Amino acid sequence: MKEKIIEKILMILACSAIGILALITIYIFKEGLPIIIKVGINDFLFNSKWAPTKGHFGILSMIISSLAVTFGAMILGIPLSLACSITLAEFAPPRLMLILKPTIELLAGIPSVVYGFLGVLLLVPFIRDYLGGPGLSLLAASIILAIMILPTITSISIDALQAVPLLYKEGALAMGATHWQAIRLVLLPAARSGVVTAIILGMARAIGETMAVIMVAGNALKIPTSLLNPVRTLTSNIALEMSYSAGDHRTALFATGIILFIFIMALNVLANSLMRKK
Amino acid sequence: MGRCQAIFLLIFLFCFIALGCTSKSSSRSHSLTIAGSTSVQPFAEKLAEIYIELNPREVVNVQGGGSTAGIKACREKAAQIGTSSRDLHPEEKDLKKIIIAWDGIAIIVHPQNPIKEITPKQLQGIFSGKIRFWSELGGAKKPIFFVTREEGSGTRDAFESLVMKKMEISNEALVEDSNGAVREIVGHNPFSIGYISFGIVNHQVKALSVNSTPPSLTTIKKREYQLTRPFLFVINEPATPQADRFIQFVLSKEGQHILEKEGLVGIL
Repeated sequence: MKEKIIEKILMILACSAIGILALITIYIFKEGLPIIIKVGINDFLFNSKWAPTKGHFGILSMIISSLAVTFGAMILGIPLSLACSITLAEFAPPRLMLILKPTIELLAGIPSVVYGFLGVLLLVPFIRDYLGGPGLSLLAASIILAIMILPTITSISIDALQAVPLLYKEGALAMGATHWQAIRLVLLPAARSGVVTAIILGMARAIGETMAVIMVAGNALKIPTSLLNPVRTLTSNIALEMSYSAGDHRTALFATGIILFIFIMALNVLANSLMRKK
Repeated sequence: MGRCQAIFLLIFLFCFIALGCTSKSSSRSHSLTIAGSTSVQPFAEKLAEIYIELNPREVVNVQGGGSTAGIKACREKAAQIGTSSRDLHPEEKDLKKIIIAWDGIAIIVHPQNPIKEITPKQLQGIFSGKIRFWSELGGAKKPIFFVTREEGSGTRDAFESLVMKKMEISNEALVEDSNGAVREIVGHNPFSIGYISFGIVNHQVKALSVNSTPPSLTTIKKREYQLTRPFLFVINEPATPQADRFIQFVLSKEGQHILEKEGLVGIL
C-alpha cells in the first residue's frame, strides 16, 4: 500500500518533468511559428538581413555563424579532449587519475560568464594585438567554446575507453602490439560509439552556449568571411535582443529559438541512437 | 486502492494549479498603468520600484511597447500615463506632456584617441560603413571598429533618429546589449567608437564634442548639445489621482535624484 503510493508519487514527478519539456516545446512553437509563416520559411532561413523593427527577419547569417563557431570549437576541442581522455584512461597512474579526472570535471562547473569574462580580458586583446581585427571574433568564440566542451567530451570518452573489456587490450599486447598501437587499433575503435556520442554532446553544448559567446563574439550581423570577423550566433541573438522586444520582433526571437531547438534535438537524437548501438 | 490515491493526488495538483491562476487575476482595481517608450521603461521601472517601497498600498504596472504605442494607449485610456522618448507630434498635442528628464547620447572613443570632435555627418559615414579608417577623420591609419546597441534598444532608436536619419547602421557593427558593455569595449580598444547615455560616461572613455559642443549637464539641459532628447510622461487631462501622485513623486527632488543616479539629466 505504502509502496504503491510512493510509486505513484514518483511517477507523477517523473511525468511532470516530461510535461515541462512538452510545455516548453508547445510554447516555443506557438510563439514562434506565426512569424515563420508570415515571412515564409525560405525568407526566414535563407535571408541574411535581420532588422526586426524594420520588418526584416532573415537569420541566415546567424545560422552560418552558429555552425562556424561550433565547427571551430570542435576542431580545437576534439584533439585536445581525446588526448586528455587517452592519457587519463591509459597512461596516467591511477593515483594521478584520481586527481585529474575530478579536476577536469570541475571545469564543467565553472559558470559560462566566467569563461566569457576571461575571454574578454585575456583572449580578445591578444587576438586584437597580434592577429588583427576587433578581437571580438569567431576565433575567440571558438577557443572559449573549445575549453568549455573539453570536460564534457573528456569525461564521457574516459568512461567509454574504460568500458572496453581488458581482454581486448591484453590480446593486442600479447600479439606484440605496442601500447600506442593497442590504443589506436583496438581500444579506440572498440570505444568508438561512446567517443562519438561524447563529441556530439559536446557539440550540443557548444551550439547552445550563450553568455560566453555574447561576451567574446562581437555579435555583428554580417556573414563571417574570416576567423577574425565578429559573429552573432542564434543563441546570442535571442539573449541580446529579448529585453526590449515587442510584437513581431519578439515572435521572431522565439522563431530563432525554434531553429535552435531543432538543431539541438537533432544532435541529441543522433547521440542517443549512437549510444544505443553500443 | 492505488488508483484512488492517484486520482486524489491528481485532484490535489489541479487545485494547486487552479489556485495559482486565480491569485494572479485578482489584482486591485485602482492600479496605475504606465506604458510606452522602451528607453523610458527601465527608468520608470526603477521609479515605480522605489515608489511602491515608499507607498506600499500603491500598485504600479510598467509596460513597454514604444513611444507611439504609449501615447496611443494614453489617449485610449488603456494606460493612465504614456511615456515617450520623442517630442509630441502636432496631432498629439491634445494630450498634456510633462518632461521628466533629458537624455544625451554621448559619442565615445578610447581616451588615447587624438580626435576631439565629430559631426553628425561623419558619424553617419562611420556607422553606415562608408568611413572605414581613422585617417579619414585626421587620426591614425587604422580601421574604425564601431559599436552599436541591439535592435529594440531605446538608445539605438535615439541614435538612429538623431544621427542616422534615413540611413541604416551597417551589419559589420559590433553589437552589445547594454551601455556598460559598449563602454567596456570602447574603453579597451583604442580604435573603436560607440554611443552611450551621457550619464554612463566615465574616465574609461572620452566623450567627443558634436558640432563643437561637448556633452555636459548644462549643454544637455539647454539642448545646445545636438544629440539630446526629452523623456516625457503624457497624460490625458485631468489625471487620475494615482497618476497625479506618481508624477508628483517623479518631479520631486527625490524622484529627480533617482533619475540622475540612473544616468539621466534632471529638469531641476
